[in-house]
Amino acid sequence: MELSPDQTIFWEYGFITINLTLVTTWGIMLLLIVSAWLVTRKLKTDIHISRWQCFLEMIVTGINEQIEEVGLSKPEEYIGFIGTLFLFIGVSNICIIFPGYTPPTASLSTTTALALAVFLAVPFYGISKSGVWGYLKSFLQPTWIMLPFNLIGEVSRTLALAVRLFGNIMSGGMIVAILLSISPFIFPVIMNMLGLLTGTVQAYIFSILATVYIAAAVRNAKEKSKTKVITT
Amino acid sequence: MDINWFTVIAQLVNFLILVWLLKKFLYKPILNAVNEREKKITDQLKEASDKVAVAQQEKDEFKRKNEDFEQQKKGLMDTVVVEAATEKTQLINAAKAEAIAMISKMEKAAKKEQENENKDLAEKTKKQVFDITRKALEAIASVSLEEQSATKFIKQLKSSKDDEKQNLIDAFKSHPDSILVKSAFDLPAKQQEQINDAVNDLLNIKTELQFKTAPEIISGIELSTKGYKVAWSFSEYLNALEQEISAK
Repeated sequence: MELSPDQTIFWEYGFITINLTLVTTWGIMLLLIVSAWLVTRKLKTDIHISRWQCFLEMIVTGINEQIEEVGLSKPEEYIGFIGTLFLFIGVSNICIIFPGYTPPTASLSTTTALALAVFLAVPFYGISKSGVWGYLKSFLQPTWIMLPFNLIGEVSRTLALAVRLFGNIMSGGMIVAILLSISPFIFPVIMNMLGLLTGTVQAYIFSILATVYIAAAVRNAKEKSKTKVITT
Repeated sequence: MDINWFTVIAQLVNFLILVWLLKKFLYKPILNAVNEREKKITDQLKEASDKVAVAQQEKDEFKRKNEDFEQQKKGLMDTVVVEAATEKTQLINAAKAEAIAMISKMEKAAKKEQENENKDLAEKTKKQVFDITRKALEAIASVSLEEQSATKFIKQLKSSKDDEKQNLIDAFKSHPDSILVKSAFDLPAKQQEQINDAVNDLLNIKTELQFKTAPEIISGIELSTKGYKVAWSFSEYLNALEQEISAK
């Protein structure tokens, strides 16, 4: 039994390997982009809109609201990153309803890549709001003694992000595979349904945690600048 | 469960590409559309609000104008009612006056008519009475009666009052040739002489009177000059009676 789609290799040339993870990712990317393009090429600004536009608006405005609720005051700055995280993971996980499909999120490489993206995005947004020094100083909060713990926390939460998603999705796929071999009827369907729920929840958890981390970095920067203003 | 680092890098790149593409094809257009729609709805709401405000203003204006109009109407109605009442009173008064005038006129006309009728009746009666009287007197009139009349006339002439005599003298002096004696029948020469003497005595002159027959006198004698007349005749009695009746 293959635990990861990384192990299904289509083409290999030295370090470069085209595996099922990448191919599925491209397929999902294509699906997302083509769907988005098809719907958004005929956008209407009237009261009456198409069902697909309404569906996409619901998703986009829902993500926007979630970002805002977490504490980021300008969600349109973060929706590109956080929304894509949610949509990519969500669509990847929901596609398990297709037989023979293995989600790319069941690959530790993909989840690591996504966690790395979050790991990089947090300082990116933090620095963009408060500058390099301001961001780095946030690691010394509340005292310099906390520096190692903050650094460990930064790395460990990235690791946790990657492993949590990978573990959930991979285990779901594996349970279905095991159940198929034991009892090919009914139970795999129920587990697949559960997998849909788990996959959506995982997408939500991953993206909301990413939002929380970014929000924490941005909030630290903001609090810094506020304190600076008051002291001056 | 190894991590394929090429796949990690590729997935990271894939993810960044997907972020860029979805930003371009999904988030931006959708958010723009939503914002545009929100703006449109906000504008429409604002426009509706403005229209409501304008409508409210117009409603207030209309209400105010309506109230003004009602007030003016009431004022005009009051004025008209007062004017109508005045006009009515005036018309009634005028009608009353006219009616009174008409009644008065009609009363006068009726009175006049009555008077005329009365007068006509009186005239007719009088005429009838006098006609009958005349006919009766004419029937009984004769020369002997005429003689009696001449005697009576002479007697009356002689017993004239001083002022009457004076009037006769004055009339004679102003027109000496115009004394005329009329009688219903031809007076006998003796009678004519007696009358002539009586007049001469009265006037203290010597003149010859002119005698003329006038049947309308009925019976009696009439002496007249310009401006004065002395008579004794049935006709004179009848004329006096007639004047007395007419005067009533």
